[in-house]
Parts: sequence; structure tokens; C-alpha cells
Amino acid sequence: MSQAHRPNMEGKYKWIGTRPDRPDGADKVTGRARFGADFNLPGQLIGKVLRSPHAHAVIKSIDASKALALNGVKAVITAQDFPDQANLIVPTGEMQVNMRDITRNIMAREKALYEGHPVAAVAAVSEAIAKQALALIKVDYKVMPHVIDVADAMKPNAPILHDHLLTEGANPPATKPSNIAKRIEFKKGDAKAGFAQAEVVIEKDYTTQAVHQGYIEPHATLASAAEDGQIQVWSTTQGHFQVRGFCARLLGIETSQIRVTPTEIGGGFGGKTVVYLEPLAMRLSQKSGKPVKMTMAREDVFRASGPAPGGNVKVKIGATRDGKIVAAECIVEMQAGAFPGSPVGPACMCSFACYDIENIYIEGFDVVSNRPKVAAYRAPGAPISAWAVESTMDILAQRLKMDPIDLRLKNAAKAGTKTAYGVTFNTIGMVETLQAVKDSEHYKSPVKPGWGRGVAAGFWFNIGADSSAASHVGEDGSVTVISGNPDIGGSRASLALMAAEELGVDYNRVRPIIADTASIGFNFVTGGSRVTFATGLAVVNSVRDMIRELKVRAAKIWKIDPEAVIWEGGMAKPAGNQVGSFEPLSLADIAAQAGRTGGPINGHAQLNVTGAGPGFGVHCVDLKVDEDTGCVTVGRYTAAQDVGTAIHPSYVEGQLQGGAVQGVGWALNEEYIYNAKGRLDNPGFLDYRMPVASDLPKIETILVEVPNPQHPYGVRGVGEVPIVPPLAAVGNAVARATGVRMTDLPLSPPRLSEALDAARPRRMAAE
Amino acid sequence: MAKIHVNTTINGAPTEFLCDANQTLLDVLRDNLGLTGSKEGCGSGDCGACSVMVDGRLVCSCLVLAPEAAGAKIETIEGMADGDKLHPLQKKFVEMAALQCGICTPGFLIAAKALLEKHANPTEEEVRYWLAGNLCRCTGYDKIVTAVLDVAAEMRESAR
Amino acid sequence: MSEIQYQAAKTVKEAVKMMQAAKGKGYILAGGTDLLVQMKSGARNPGVIIDVKKIPEMVSVTEKKGAFTIGAATPAAVMGEHKKLRKAWPGVVEACNLIGSTQVQGRASAGGNLCNASPAADSVPALVAAGCIVNIAGPKGKRSVPVEKFNTGPGRTSLKPGEIVVSLTLPARPKKSSDAYLRLIPRTEMDIAVVGVGVSLTMKGDTVADARVGLGAVAPTVLLVDKAAKALVGSKLDDAALAAAANACSAACRPIDDKRGTIKYRTKIAGVLLKRAALIARDRINGIEHRGHRPV
Repeated sequence: MSQAHRPNMEGKYKWIGTRPDRPDGADKVTGRARFGADFNLPGQLIGKVLRSPHAHAVIKSIDASKALALNGVKAVITAQDFPDQANLIVPTGEMQVNMRDITRNIMAREKALYEGHPVAAVAAVSEAIAKQALALIKVDYKVMPHVIDVADAMKPNAPILHDHLLTEGANPPATKPSNIAKRIEFKKGDAKAGFAQAEVVIEKDYTTQAVHQGYIEPHATLASAAEDGQIQVWSTTQGHFQVRGFCARLLGIETSQIRVTPTEIGGGFGGKTVVYLEPLAMRLSQKSGKPVKMTMAREDVFRASGPAPGGNVKVKIGATRDGKIVAAECIVEMQAGAFPGSPVGPACMCSFACYDIENIYIEGFDVVSNRPKVAAYRAPGAPISAWAVESTMDILAQRLKMDPIDLRLKNAAKAGTKTAYGVTFNTIGMVETLQAVKDSEHYKSPVKPGWGRGVAAGFWFNIGADSSAASHVGEDGSVTVISGNPDIGGSRASLALMAAEELGVDYNRVRPIIADTASIGFNFVTGGSRVTFATGLAVVNSVRDMIRELKVRAAKIWKIDPEAVIWEGGMAKPAGNQVGSFEPLSLADIAAQAGRTGGPINGHAQLNVTGAGPGFGVHCVDLKVDEDTGCVTVGRYTAAQDVGTAIHPSYVEGQLQGGAVQGVGWALNEEYIYNAKGRLDNPGFLDYRMPVASDLPKIETILVEVPNPQHPYGVRGVGEVPIVPPLAAVGNAVARATGVRMTDLPLSPPRLSEALDAARPRRMAAE
Repeated sequence: MAKIHVNTTINGAPTEFLCDANQTLLDVLRDNLGLTGSKEGCGSGDCGACSVMVDGRLVCSCLVLAPEAAGAKIETIEGMADGDKLHPLQKKFVEMAALQCGICTPGFLIAAKALLEKHANPTEEEVRYWLAGNLCRCTGYDKIVTAVLDVAAEMRESAR
Repeated sequence: MSEIQYQAAKTVKEAVKMMQAAKGKGYILAGGTDLLVQMKSGARNPGVIIDVKKIPEMVSVTEKKGAFTIGAATPAAVMGEHKKLRKAWPGVVEACNLIGSTQVQGRASAGGNLCNASPAADSVPALVAAGCIVNIAGPKGKRSVPVEKFNTGPGRTSLKPGEIVVSLTLPARPKKSSDAYLRLIPRTEMDIAVVGVGVSLTMKGDTVADARVGLGAVAPTVLLVDKAAKALVGSKLDDAALAAAANACSAACRPIDDKRGTIKYRTKIAGVLLKRAALIARDRINGIEHRGHRPV
């Protein structure tokens, strides 16, 4: 059941806000749509990666001679096949990476830094031979002590991963190598003075474990290098321009030599905004002179692709007895994996962004350890700090005997609120979203006996960045709209809806396609909740560009001034009776005369935008805990969010539902489990426990539409916010159901059971 | 070791292929026969993206050896539509936005079809447990379950 | 080029001959839901794969004078569709129907589950509680063994070279008997049991006349917990009797700490599940159904 709240939208648009079939629907339900591993080329070789079995080891030598000599093996590569890279920070989605680290992550150079770290790769005529070849590669490792946990990695005597790494932002400045790559700080007002004013102070420590994005489609790529230096690549990626850019640097060739076609993508959630196999397949193809296809086995996806980090978070919130928060503090220690670059920045920035607080102090640490390098996962960093902050808010609400929504309403961020990271909010929807939950049927219903209800809020910035789009009219007046963002959640439909609305034509006459890197200008990744906003804006602008031209053509046909032509209801019309009496011209009419009036009719637009508009979510969950086993049953779930304008409400609802369920999995059962040797114990879907259909009820959604003034259709990014509230919503519900406050995720049955048993004497005394 | 010659029926069409003893049915469908609609999500029977029907039974094709297909009747996602007419489940999935990235969709459709062919009136709980072997990371399962229940109701209606 | 061979046997005799000829490199293929996973991970490397699913007696369920004989390679789904078997042994059937997903159910078999010999196998605690007999055929002829004696350790069975499990027999038993199987898993489906308990009861009025308890995932093999059964026999399944039986189960545990559960947790849960399973078995005897979640 979902309720779309559309206070201002009723009757406003013809197409926007409707729920038509998506253009790739037929292909996707028939198996015709081709994902990364579905592409093949004649004569292709199969590439396979040799991975380090050690969490930390110096690579003394690699002897691949026997592998190369094996019949059927056509090429072998190691780090020697890639030029070294200088220190250069480049953006990848909402995170940043250092090229010097990336070249080492795709293929180990001096050291293997995590179990699963690639050390060599082969291309052979069959998968079986490629596997045999891997077994013939001799790697001489010097195994070193390893470190897995952030807390351990921060200790003074911890094994050091990078001898050159000095803590950036250390105070006083660092002189010795450390695993702490960076220290950051955000301040607003005077937190110390603020706490002195507080009548109630809640202070608590929390932890989370690393979790994987869990996309069902493993990484896959096919690369085909030609003798003249051009390389074609098919990749399942959230950003094919990103793939092109990274690989150009990694291989030392020009971007124009590389043409990347994004395949359909089977989930990414941030994890496919970086490269793993592409540069390897490209180099193998260059060396062998044949196309090379590579896919990652599920185990390797877990072992070696970037998960989301775990972290330790300390939170302190001080308030006066009426519930006004006067000071807040948050210290975040976050896993980066084997190379620096955790999303500790966003984690810090988001921590108190839902609230208007005078005095804030936030400190964050980016810490390396012998685990795979982390990658983005839906609102990177934010769920971790939100777990801690929103749990603490709940404790505060209980302490003050205040309704948890009322406590948040009292402190809610509004237009004009200045965040700890310096931005002042424009029009936002935090208050409206809180109110929507408070007014919801779910929240108004009584909590069933033995059950607990948890509420939590969450925030994400959403980004804009670069997009390019084009549009053109066919001879019969149908329209093609071209953009450059892989469609991970139904964005093609939304782009077509916006184009149809803008043009005033039937949605079914607008065909949206996704172009490769050669066929459209640069586009930043599909991520950061940016596509409907930024690429949508580019599409709208390119259509407006086309409309300008259509009006010019109509003017030519009518022999009047172009200024005297308007575009209305999908037709060119004279601006008024005084201009002359002309029958309106449809797209088809004008297109039929295109050659005579000036040639093909195209539109283009390219932009770099800000003003994506941050998003706020509030979730509510009812659950019960089996007192004897610690098993949680989720009974009812509502996700509310300010979504700007829901271009295609079904896909907006889908984002809320999908993100909420990922968050529930993060809260209840998902975690990376390492053994004493630093090897991942659960690299598979059997023991990496993501939610299955029977674990959940329906996810009710409330779409609160507070249009973003920075977009012609009011679009606000929606994709990432939904994963931020669920962790604490679940934790808060468990606390209210059992009286036991959990601080460490996941809340798996053995952990809950132990906590309940430990609290039993206290809980029985309380009854 | 010579390859094994297998004669089978796939989506109603007599089909033959050569395979190794240790190739899975999934491997052969995708690599030998160009039927890439069935997907490999894990290769170990934990995600259901490779779901097909073998002799009327819902199975993971990654857990069936290719030689076992000899003499069997195999149904894959490519055979679900009737010519250019989508199966009601296929139509409903698109209508109800029961897919986002679409990688799990073929597996879900095959599994849901198997459910409705056996049980015309499943409860929501029964639908969820039947589909527990199909992982979806995008949708949170909500719209998938709604779509299946809607089609079940429509099929019961039209059977009257 | 693959060295592995695939052979499909048409009779039990043929299957035994093939196993013998394979000289220790032969692996029986029933549903393949364990074997194929192990081949992929490299845990098992068959030289010859012997498919037994074309042998009629190995894929069917027959009943004779109240005793059920289940072909070792009968898919769990087929067992679940067998109305009479489900009525007589709801615990055994629900245990087998909990192995994996619906897709796995279409292939996985009780025989395969037993021979894979995972300490956490779902079917085995229920088979142990049922007093199941394992029917074996080999080069030296046929023999039968109580199921609780069949497995010798994680991944190890007492089968001799060339032997295969042909079928499992559930003995005929008195009226007013039923059974139940419960397992603890972190999610609602798709997990390996952290603890599994099978309880089979015969009641006389409201008193337990006979009981058997199988306990899984808490020791290298599934345990037959005599002490728990004794605590139940003669009782009315009152709190004291259930507590005593639960404690006996906890005491019998020799579990490990691993990614699925701790020693402490498993030991506790063994007792919790025993109580619940015993009450379900009794409910069934009294005509109160406890259905699973899957449509039947």
C-alpha cells in the first residue's frame, strides 16, 4: 500500500506523475536484455584473475612462464603491464580515489594488501584452460602480519600497510607512518559551551560491520583491442565515461581511443562506479590480439570488490528538558580497506544534518586495514553515523518521555538551517516528512502487545555534476532522446516522461536511449541520486533546444517571425490572431518538411549543475523479538521521504522500498566475517545473509512532494536517502520491544539472544 | 575425453548440444545455445537468477549438470512469452514496476509461473516463501509480491 | 579438456558396478545440490559422476503395511506432495522440505542430504527421531543400518567402497504417533540450520508412551538423545518434563563457534527447540495442524 502525497501536483502535469510502462520492460521480462556477461565476440578469449590468498604479503616475485607456455594461453599480465601512477585524486561518484592507489588495487604491485587482491591475470581459449594457467603461476610471497579491525589498525603497534602514509590533518602533524590516512573535523558554534548548558546529556558508543552492496549481477566486461590502438569495451557499470577515464590513465592511452558501451546493469548501488576487470581485460586484449571476456565469480565479488565500510561511532547529544538540542558531538572511525578513501567525510557531514543545532563538533578518521578497498554504497557513510545518531535521539526521547517524532519536529532542519559542514538549506522537506509519518495510518495504529515500534530519520545531499543529452525528431514526428547514464532503476522512463511533458507529445512516441562514450558528450556516473535531476535537466534542456528549432522551422513554413511562434500541446502555433491564421503544425508536419526548411532537427544540451536538493527520510517499523531465540520478525514498515516531484511514482516508490530493505538487512544479519588468517569466512549468499522475500512485509511508502526550486519539474534526488534511516529504525524498535538497547550491528539472533539473557535479571526486576 | 552429445527439448524445440560432463545446464544454455536470459548470480544455488523448469520442476540450472538434460523438457525465460504475446506475469511485472535493474526478473518470472501453475490461490505468505530462493536487491520484493498476487487473482477470475 | 565422466545407471546393480569400476573416484549424483557446489569450489573432484535418477526405486515413495520406503534420490518436493507420507510423518517431510529454496527442493533428496553428512543437515534429526533405517546396496550385497549410526563425522559416512544408499525406510508405528522438526536460522529461509531438532512421539491418552529425539548442528554428527526421550516418556509434556528433556539436549551438545552460531547460543537453542518441537508433535497427534509456510 502506498500513498502518494500530491498537494500541489493534482492536474498540474499531463505525463509527469503517471505510471506508464518503461521502455526496456519487454526486453527485461523476456530475457532479451543483455547484461554484462551476456555479450560475446567471435574468437574471444576468457580472462581469469589470480588472487592473493594472503591478507598482507610482500610480493617478492611472480613467475608466469609455465602459464604462458600452456597450450591455449594467449596472454598473461601482472602489475608490470601497467604504468605506475602519480598521486592524483579523482572523483568517482560521491567518493574520491587516488590513481596511485587505483593502479595498485586493480593489480597488486609491491604488496598484496587483502585476501583476493589480484596479482596476475591470464587470457586463454577456454575457462578451463585459464583456470589451469592460474594454477601454474608461481608467486613468491613473504607473508606479513595483518590487521583487520579499525580499532586494531589505529593502535600504535599495528602492522602498517603503507610506509609512506602519514595522517593527513593530524594535530600535531604526523611524522610516523600510520594506518590512519586522514583526520577531518567539522565545527559549528561551541560544542563545549553548548554541553555546559544541557540539562540532559546522552553519550554512547556504537559499531557497525562492513556490508556489501549485494548486487545480484557480478562484475563482467568484454574488451576488444584493435591493431590501430582503438579499444572497444562492454562493461556492466554505473559510469561508462568513468570506465573510459580510469582505463585511459591506467593503460596510458588517450580517452578517444577507448569506446565504452554500458550494458544493462544488474544492480550497482555505488559498487560499480569503479573499475576492476576492465583495465585487465583491455590489457589482455592488447597483448593477445583477441577480444577478452572476464566475469567475477560471486566469491571474488565478496572477497575483492569494494564493500561499504564498517565503523565505530561515538555520539553525544545534549538537550534542555523541553527537548531542544543545545549541543551535539560525533566521532567517526571508519574502515577504508586496503587504500585510503572511506566515506568518512559524508558520514560526518550527514550525522546531524536532519537537525537545527547551534553547537556541533564532528571528528572523523579514515583508517586502512587489510580488507578490500571500500567503494560507494548508497549514501556512502551516512547510514553508519545515522545508526549512532538516531539511536541516541531515541534514547533522548525515552529519557525526556517525549514522542520520538515530536522530539525530531522540535529540532528539525528547515530552510535557513546551517549545517555543520557550512551549507545553508534552501527549501527542504524534513518537517513535512516527519509530519507525514506522524499522520500516517501506521503511526496512528496502536503497537501490538509484545511488539516494538521504532522511528528514525535520515539525510543525503544528492549531487548534480555533468550531463550531456541530445534529442532528434524522426521523419514521422517521433522523438529520440539520447543520454549517457546507465539505467539502474527505471530512469529511462523518467527521462522520456520529462521529454514528453516538455514537448507535449505522447510518452509512447518518445524513445530514450543510452549512448556509448563516443556517441554522446561526457556524463558523470549514475549515482549520487543525480540522474533524474541532472540528466533529466539536460534532457529537458536538449528538448527545449529542439523546440526552439521547431519554432524556427514553423516560422519559415508560415513565413513569419520566429518570435511569433509558440509551442503548445505538442504543436507549433501562431502567438496570436494578429500574427495570421495558420493551422497548428505537429512534430510530424514540421519533420516532413525538415529538408526544405534547413535540414535535420536536433537539440543538444550539456551542463554541470548544483542545486540537486538534499533529501530527508523518516522510517517507522513495527517488529517483535523472540525472547528465547533472538529472532526478529518485521511486521510493518513505512518509509516516508520528501521526493521533490515523483516523475514516475512507481520507480520512486521502488527506490524507497529497495533502500529500506537493504537497510533492514544491514541492521539484522549482514556482515563481513573474517577469520584469524584475515580471510573472509562468508564470501557467498549462503552466509552473507541478505533479506529474502519471506523476511519482510510490504513496505508502505509515503511520497512527500516538496518540489526542488532548482529544477523545472521540481525533481529532487531520491535514490540514496532510503538506506539511511532503517538501521536505527530497527534498533529503536528492538529497544522498545525488549527494553534492551543494542549498539553494535548486526542484530543477529545470537547477539540479540545474548543481550536479552544478560539483561534478563534487570528486566525481570523492572516488571 | 570426448564431449557428450545431448538431445533435449528446450522451450518446445528439439535441441542438441555437445558438452563436458561437468558443465552445468546454465553454462550450456548461456555459452553453447545463446540463451542468455537465465543469469548467473552466484553459481551455487543461493540466488535463483538461473531458475528454469526441468520436466515441470522449478530448479536452479546452475545445479543441474548439462548431460542430465538428455531426454528432458527444459523451459527457460525465452519460452515464456507466446510468440509476441507476453505471459500475464510478464505484463504485470512491467505494469507494476516489479523490476528495477531486471537481472533477477527472469528467475522470478519462471519461479512465479511455477507457483501459479501449481497453486491458483496462494496467500501473500505462501508467495513470499515460495520465492524465498530468488534474491532481489533492488525492489525489496514488495512490488514483485503484489504483481504475483494480482496475476493469481486475474487467472482465477478468467478461469471461471 | 575435462577428464570427468558422466554415467547414468538404469538399475541399482548397474550403479554399484559403476561405483566399483570408478575405484574410489565415483560420486553418486542425486539432486546435485551439494555435489555441484562442491565441485565448483574444488572441495570434491569426481572422476566419474554416476546419475541414479533414472533408477525407478531410487526416485519413488512406496508404502507397505504402514512402513514407507523413500528412494534415496527422491526430490524433497516429491516427498512433500505425497499425501500419505505427509500425514504419517509430517516432521520428516517438513524437515526435507526445509532444505534450501523451492528450486533446491525440486532436486535435493533425503538420501543426498544424509550422505553429504553435514552436521547441520535438515533431514537427519527428523530421520533419527523417526527411527529411520538406511538401505544400502554394494558389491557384497545388501545391508541395512539405523540412520543414527550411518554418519561417522562431518562429510563422512560408513559406506564401504562401492556401496550406495538405495532407500530410506520409515517403520510402521502405532496410532497416535506423530513427529515434528524445528530448526533455528537467522532469516526465515535459505540458511543452514544453526540447531535442528526432530521429535517423534507416540501418545497414550495425554501421556507420552514413546519418544525419540534427534539433535542436529551441535556435534560432528546428528545425535540420538536418549536422555531427552526418557525425560518425555511417561510424562504429560508438562513444564518439568519439557525442561528436563531440554536440559538433556543442551547437555548432549558438543557444538562449535562458527560464522553461524556460538557454542553458548547453540546449547541454549537446543533446549528451546526441543520444547517447541515436542509440543507440535503432540498437537499433531491431537489433530491440530502445524503447517509450514509453503503452499501444499
